[in-house]
Amino acid sequence: MTINMGPQHPSTHGVLRLLLELDGETIIKAVPHVGFLHRGVEKLAEYRTYHQCIPLTDRLDYVAPFSNNLAYALTVEKLLGIEIPERAQHIRVLLCELTRIASHLLWLATHALDIGAMTVFFYCFREREAIYDIFEMVSGARMHTSYIRVGGVSRDLPGGFAERTHKFVMEFPSRLNEYETLLTENPIWKKRTVGVGIISAEDAIDYGLSGPSLRGSGVNWDIRKAEPYSRYDKYQFTVPLGKNGDVYDRYRIRIEEMHQSNEIVRQALNILPKGDFLARIPNVTLPPKEDVETIMESMITHFKLITDGIHPPKGEVYASIEAPKGELGFYLVSDGSSHPYRLKIRPPSFVNLEALPKMIEGRMLPDVVATIGSLDIVLGEIDR
Amino acid sequence: MPMKNEDLAALIKTKFPEAIMSIASFRNELTLTVKKDAVAEIAQFLKKNEALDFNFLSDLCGVDRIETDNVFDVVYHLYSLSKNHRLRLKASVSPDAPSLPTVTGVWKTANWHERETYDMFGITFEGHPDLRKILTPEDFEGHPLRKDYPLDGRQPATLRDIYRKDEA
Repeated sequence: MTINMGPQHPSTHGVLRLLLELDGETIIKAVPHVGFLHRGVEKLAEYRTYHQCIPLTDRLDYVAPFSNNLAYALTVEKLLGIEIPERAQHIRVLLCELTRIASHLLWLATHALDIGAMTVFFYCFREREAIYDIFEMVSGARMHTSYIRVGGVSRDLPGGFAERTHKFVMEFPSRLNEYETLLTENPIWKKRTVGVGIISAEDAIDYGLSGPSLRGSGVNWDIRKAEPYSRYDKYQFTVPLGKNGDVYDRYRIRIEEMHQSNEIVRQALNILPKGDFLARIPNVTLPPKEDVETIMESMITHFKLITDGIHPPKGEVYASIEAPKGELGFYLVSDGSSHPYRLKIRPPSFVNLEALPKMIEGRMLPDVVATIGSLDIVLGEIDR
Repeated sequence: MPMKNEDLAALIKTKFPEAIMSIASFRNELTLTVKKDAVAEIAQFLKKNEALDFNFLSDLCGVDRIETDNVFDVVYHLYSLSKNHRLRLKASVSPDAPSLPTVTGVWKTANWHERETYDMFGITFEGHPDLRKILTPEDFEGHPLRKDYPLDGRQPATLRDIYRKDEA
């Protein structure tokens, strides 16, 4: 019997269609169909200046928008070959880790809700509200911040930021421990997740899995440690690993990653140096507003940058970061004009989803829901 | 330990002297352009050789360079988990016969990437187990990321155009 787990379904985390061939309740074959949220972001990027592409990237992994911005900015900065001031680097780390916490909180909320633990959903969203308030204080927007710029960030951190973030960082670990008491040793949770959705390490690497989905199978790869970007090498944190590659291991890993991200935010608040929040490179970054209003050359530079845009050298680069879901990479081909010639987005969820049939074939129907949740997919970046 | 780019290029060049068309380095990234027929063989070598050990295919995509050089590029981004080095592999196909061998036999993850490249550019991959569209709807015609495909699209604008196009 073939069942359609259609694009409209509360447990598919977006518009994902799964065609399941069943024998009773056992799954013989699963075919995912994606593309319901395809908006042509890569095509649109070819008609926008490099600056105008930043809001496009916000809407890829809409659960962790800041990390998409960061990956894009790092790619353009690599192409340009420019240096970013220290303060901007550490602000980026701080906000990226807050975004990782927010993304994992949403993962926990929806994953637990799918399996039946509704209380966790409300608790996690309460924490997310605190993070949204911090983002709104920094950039003006709760979710799609577009706070980052090529060369740094768009404006400095406001007064009161340090106190509010410090308060969050101090309260968060004990709250997270409370949520763990609901799930980690819960026999129902363990029955639903231990031994479910197993993928071996060799298969995981072959299928291109990355992030917590890969580390659940015991493969120790985290881009923040292997190819550090944006001053991550200055921070002390551990990367949790799993053993069995099942849903339970991936759950434990993400919970521990939230603790580690909290620790990184705490360190960032201490390390945060004074200085520029945006590099001063005349044909790349906008000049400061005071200069634009008083000095003629700055006004002309500002005008040219807004209307014409940056002109990077001809060439191609690939840069990737450890997004909450895995390796988020951008491949940028430039022909020297103010628009990207080709912007290819390597979305972690797209690649992770390909391994779903391997994880669920031979299992029962309820395991599909648990496995989709554990892969932590976001259709925005799968479909682009 | 990661190999230096020059050593990587030298090792691959000794093994495949005729298939490598150019070696380039930009922003500390190594790019090898190879002949399209040798792609599967080179991919197998890159994965199996112990010094290179490129066991992770990060990305596979197409680039439309018809206007400048009259080719489509297919670009592979490879990474070695054990050695922590990266490589970019490129192959060019002409628009009259846009087809090259698949690498799904080497890295299973190439499956969906190649489907997306087929969907967006029309490049076919010989030997692919299930080459069909992935992102655009089933009745979509055309390959949207080609440069000659307009941004607004060519699909019918209204339902009337779809369902009543035969009426006067």
